[in-house]
Amino acid sequence: MSTIQIEAERRPLGTVTLAGAWRCLLGILWREALRFVHQRTRFLSALVRPLVWLFIFAAGFRSVLGVSIIPPYETYILYDEYIVPGLIAMIQLFNGMQSSLSMVYDREMGSMRVLLTSPMPRWYLLTARLLAGTLLSLPQVYVFLAIARFWGIEPPPMGYVAVLPALVLSGLMLGALGLLLSSAIRQLENFAGVMNFVIFPMFFASSALYPLWKVEEASPLLRDVCGLNPFTYAVELVRFALYGQVDTQSLLLVLAFAVVFLGGAILAYDPARGLVARVRGPGAG
Amino acid sequence: MAGDRESETHPQQTQSPPSPCGRGDSVFSVIGHSSMLPPADALSVSGLSHRIAGREILAGIEIAVRPGSFTVLLGQNGAGKTTLFSLVTRLYGAQSGSIRVFGHDLAREPGRALALMGVVFQQRALDPDLSARQNLRYHAALHGMPGAVARSRIAAELERVGLAKEADRKTRSFSGGEMRRIEIARALLHEPRLLLCDEATIGLDIRSRAAILADVRGLVRDRGLTVVWATHLIDEVEAADPTIILHRGRILRQGPAAAIVSDLGISDPGAGGLQDAFRRLTEAA
Repeated sequence: MSTIQIEAERRPLGTVTLAGAWRCLLGILWREALRFVHQRTRFLSALVRPLVWLFIFAAGFRSVLGVSIIPPYETYILYDEYIVPGLIAMIQLFNGMQSSLSMVYDREMGSMRVLLTSPMPRWYLLTARLLAGTLLSLPQVYVFLAIARFWGIEPPPMGYVAVLPALVLSGLMLGALGLLLSSAIRQLENFAGVMNFVIFPMFFASSALYPLWKVEEASPLLRDVCGLNPFTYAVELVRFALYGQVDTQSLLLVLAFAVVFLGGAILAYDPARGLVARVRGPGAG
Repeated sequence: MAGDRESETHPQQTQSPPSPCGRGDSVFSVIGHSSMLPPADALSVSGLSHRIAGREILAGIEIAVRPGSFTVLLGQNGAGKTTLFSLVTRLYGAQSGSIRVFGHDLAREPGRALALMGVVFQQRALDPDLSARQNLRYHAALHGMPGAVARSRIAAELERVGLAKEADRKTRSFSGGEMRRIEIARALLHEPRLLLCDEATIGLDIRSRAAILADVRGLVRDRGLTVVWATHLIDEVEAADPTIILHRGRILRQGPAAAIVSDLGISDPGAGGLQDAFRRLTEAA
């Protein structure tokens, strides 16, 4: 047997190579997709939530609240058309928080240990997990857009393609936020706090429901709060992309927030520096 | 089989070899190594201390585990066994001291060290919504194993633990003993050279306990695997087993169980003698 054959024989199967890293990524995507398929109610609730907003909330407001011509719209639009990008971002926000919940669940069930003891670098594992969560949000968004089309919300056909990279980017940002939060949540029970202190404030204090100029009319302070909210830029990025345009400011800010949140999550899960070890004891024994 | 390989290639004289695909194949850091290095311990822990929330959990741990041995880490609940395993598996970073796996420093070469390690955690770590085969497939992906190799190893390991016919059942439907067998199969999937078992028989009936213990001891005998077996059950220790007695985060004694007993002037070399020795040592500490 040649030296190289002996070396190959002795090499552990788990040695990290480019091909191995790719297989690891596929494995994480596959597992998350499988879980998503098993949780049919998750898909339904992800759809029902924005549809209720669209069919009930927006329908009620359409007669009293129109939106004048503001970019990216080229004409006066009805309220339910305005609200759709915000509802798309809402799907992604809930999906990101669902991923966070799933990380906490995995930690409680012990399967997080299986992930974290992989020989792949931890930043890679977390990024793969984030990417999997983001990709899972895409079919939810497109099904919502298809239903909205029947409701009369008809962005230009190219918008459905142009919005895809915006969805990936905003999904990564919101998922990274969820990942960061998951490092600080000790138990599943604490997830209600995430709903109250993260999801609702982020959604309401943004441009999802009202344009910022209208918010400013009501309260300049609230306008400033909305301006500091990363979710606002995810909504605007999606809004412009849906009409085939790029809002550069939102693009750069979403990118920056995604990097900051992911960087924070990687640090928090770093075994040497992270919050996880400090916050949670490894258990008795 | 790992044992066959080792007999061919004198594993103790080398650390992990370079990738057969060349340096360019590796995407993550791979430190150079030499076949001239002295024999490496399977697990070497030096000067390891760890605190959580200001409380000292481990202090001055020094361990050297011989390759091909069945080493018992014996300690009561709360002794620090799980913390030690969490540090060795890099779930948490070591605050001081060093950990080496077959010569690979866990802090500097975590990928190589973790690839050589299989772990059975104290807490069940199977995804209950996935089948046994899917759980193993996920683990294979996390270790970057090629699909064909993974399929064949999954089939072989499930066959070995007697669960090949149950491979497609969801793991939530398995008994505690069967789950442990799946976890052992999973831990061995990537052909590690060091197997860490943290209270692997906890919560099992006498027959399942005996079967699992016999199976793992068989892996040492037949495959030349190194096992570190953490337990609080003295009847799982055999007289010849290298044994480390851990109490309140400190090592009280280490050496063959029979030697620990005889050093204390106890004439009974069996489980009763070890029980007596353990009691004396822990009471005096």
